[in-house]
Amino acid sequence: MPVLNLFPALEPLLPKVSKPIQYVGGELNAQVTDWDSVAVHWALMYPDAYEVGLPNQGVQILYEVLNERDDTLAERTYAVWPDLEALLREHGISQFTVDAHRPVAAFDLLGVSFSTELGYTNLLTALDLAGIPLHAADRDESHPIVVAGGHAAFNPEPIADFVDAAVLGDGEQVVGTITDIVRDWKQEGRPGGRAELLVRLAATGGVYVPQCYDVSYLPDGRIESILPNRPGVPERVTKHTVLNLDEWPYPKAPLVPLAESVHERMSVEIFRGCTRGCRFCQAGMITRPVRERSIETVGEMVDRGLRATGFEEVGLLSLSSADHSEIGEMAKQLADRYEHDKISLSLPSTRVDAFNIDLANEFSRSGRRSGLTFAPEGGSERLRRVINKMVSKDDLIRTVSTAYAQGWRQVKLYFMCGLPTETDEDVLEIAEMAHDVIRAGREATGSKDIRCTVSIGGFVPKPHTPFQWASQCAPDVVDDRLRKLRAAINADRSLGRNVGMRYHDGEPSLIEGLLSRGDRRVGAVIEAVWRDGGRFDGWSEHFSFQRWVDCAASAGVDVGWYTTRERDADEVLPWDHLDSGLDKQWLWDDWQDAMAEFEQDDCRWTPCFDCGVCSNLGTDIQVGPTGRSLLPLVPRG
Amino acid sequence: MARRTPDGPPPPPVVQRLRVRFAKRGRLRFTSHRDFARAFERALRRAEVPMAYSAGFSPHPKISYVGAAPTGVASEAEYLEIGLARECDPEAVGAALDAALPDGLDIVEVLPAGPGSLAERMQASHWRIELPGVSVGEAGDALRALHAEESVPVERLTKDGRRIIDVRPAILAVALKPGERAIMDLVVRQVTPAVRPDDILAALRIVAGLAPAAPPVVVRLAQGPIDENGAVSDPLAPDRATARTSP
Repeated sequence: MPVLNLFPALEPLLPKVSKPIQYVGGELNAQVTDWDSVAVHWALMYPDAYEVGLPNQGVQILYEVLNERDDTLAERTYAVWPDLEALLREHGISQFTVDAHRPVAAFDLLGVSFSTELGYTNLLTALDLAGIPLHAADRDESHPIVVAGGHAAFNPEPIADFVDAAVLGDGEQVVGTITDIVRDWKQEGRPGGRAELLVRLAATGGVYVPQCYDVSYLPDGRIESILPNRPGVPERVTKHTVLNLDEWPYPKAPLVPLAESVHERMSVEIFRGCTRGCRFCQAGMITRPVRERSIETVGEMVDRGLRATGFEEVGLLSLSSADHSEIGEMAKQLADRYEHDKISLSLPSTRVDAFNIDLANEFSRSGRRSGLTFAPEGGSERLRRVINKMVSKDDLIRTVSTAYAQGWRQVKLYFMCGLPTETDEDVLEIAEMAHDVIRAGREATGSKDIRCTVSIGGFVPKPHTPFQWASQCAPDVVDDRLRKLRAAINADRSLGRNVGMRYHDGEPSLIEGLLSRGDRRVGAVIEAVWRDGGRFDGWSEHFSFQRWVDCAASAGVDVGWYTTRERDADEVLPWDHLDSGLDKQWLWDDWQDAMAEFEQDDCRWTPCFDCGVCSNLGTDIQVGPTGRSLLPLVPRG
Repeated sequence: MARRTPDGPPPPPVVQRLRVRFAKRGRLRFTSHRDFARAFERALRRAEVPMAYSAGFSPHPKISYVGAAPTGVASEAEYLEIGLARECDPEAVGAALDAALPDGLDIVEVLPAGPGSLAERMQASHWRIELPGVSVGEAGDALRALHAEESVPVERLTKDGRRIIDVRPAILAVALKPGERAIMDLVVRQVTPAVRPDDILAALRIVAGLAPAAPPVVVRLAQGPIDENGAVSDPLAPDRATARTSP
């Protein structure tokens, strides 16, 4: 059956919208496959604007993995801005893919990658524009299976009504399993209709199908139980873990957009997972165990990726890149390799120790030394013990002094506000730290021209972390603490004028908290907000706190109950049936340790502390050093 | 604290300048000038063109652009000049760049730069403007009305605020192509600020109330010197002549 190309209808609308280039596709390394030559069709969506969604590694990896299969094609779709949304509605044009401009409803599957819960309303826009019923229960065989993935999928309950399935963890292998099941079901003549397909997916134990589970509630509103409602469906759904990253060197040929995007670089993930154990960090908890990519594979991916893209910057990504067992050699050898090619290297720098400065110097060998970023996260030593971020102020000041002495001009410090047990005093210590940084910089350089930027985010308790039971701090408390902090920074004018402070209001964090730890009853709020015009909630110019509060009230949902209420040990949490590998008892013990200001080591360097992941999932940490080196160089040019 | 300067010798000088004609076609006509510049720099790296760079901590490849067509307007005649650190075969550079750019951003011709400035040769632009939903009769009436005026000021939003531009003196020739669809052939003199196809359409709205139902489809066919007949000629002709006579 020929599938419509929507581009001729779309084209006359494009001169009327902002940045039309984001809707035309045709990126370097984009792929278009003949529709009728394959059995299974995937539309992959990143539910935010193209400029944010295009660089997303998850989507790019799955796009390549799926398109490499002979029986499958994958195309991409992104959230359209309200200007185009209005025109699409006016002209009756559906949500489209940017690759071949096919209508999203024509695909067998719509995979949506949620890095953040604030993309939920954008999913509804896309479904509605595509002509797919918003509620999974209203869909039939003609509609795509809507699958959620990404970190937010570790608690998909708030969007349980809107998605057919959710997948936890690494997507590389499970997309293959899903594709096989859909292909076989189609080839068999779609036996049992959509319901049977969903049960076949659920029966794998690795695909969560919300419709196959019933939630019951206690009189006080807490969850009583979440149980399978039909035979053949497992009680718990397990996350996926790719065990040898060297066997999955994706993306091989990253997409290069014509439009400007948020990350204009060639990114290589040097390891997955993190066992630093920061208690606020959902990513660190749900991506365990640590699995390193070898220095050889990294060297190969960088070389191949640069040739395929022409990017001038390489980013070595992971949750804490300086922790790779061979990061020093990797940085030195890459810097040697690309010294004469005007290619710069970057890595998210999070640890505060001397090694980091050596590394940063390697990365900026012949380039600018503009800014270094550190993330102490908590303002006081006490609070850093609570969150298990083991950084002392002395270490930080020592590191910063070295950095300034070696030519770095600016230091950025990341913190969170609203952490469990936090008081005004903890936050005010940030001002002291910033002042000390300026003093140390002036002393090291003999110059007054020293900058320090303090960047502060609101803390949101996340599922599958030791803080999943915590009370979220109310927005007015956060806002008040940040006001006091600003005053404290500026109390010493000579130091304060060299300190910049960046923060956001506390209100969006509260809504993020509602969506993070919400259950199925929160879905009604998302739908009401969307019907009232809610779009692009991750963008401050589009986000409306009042709209969320009003819609929650009219849906009978108490925002405070979901956010600022502390949970007990015995409460059934909405995600208890979704297995991240972490033992609930271990998480609880770690939560108690946090209250006792007791730190937990990293299992890469100290014995296993039984978080449960490796024993529950049959995995193990994979770290070097391998003692090998980057592949020998083929000279460029 | 001493300011750091880059280690090592200064970057190698420009030993060869190449002039490049390229086209912006089809859906990639929505590429803005900034988008194109980024894509072109990446293509230079993928094609391994030995570019000359500026000095300093953020060295830039030596590229100069000449009069870019507006976003959304297709073009068969865009030009730029690049400075190379090593002498190369212009045709080979053209082929490698074309392969490294996405389809729709296409290299048309590459020549060694002859004497004189390329920008100064750009005296006029030749545009083809299709007016969807406008009849040939309506378009003809509008053009006659435009011809009858000696001055047609139009308002345009620039980065410095609102500006009034008189488009009429810049129009060298405007006529309907023979046929059943309303397609204008337009030659506009290069003036400052530039008079663009949008300004001409605004002028037609002012003098004749012309308002196409859908956005006009615009292509730049040529830009370059004005010849003795008032037509736009090839700006690379002098470079081609020099290339032919030199060894």
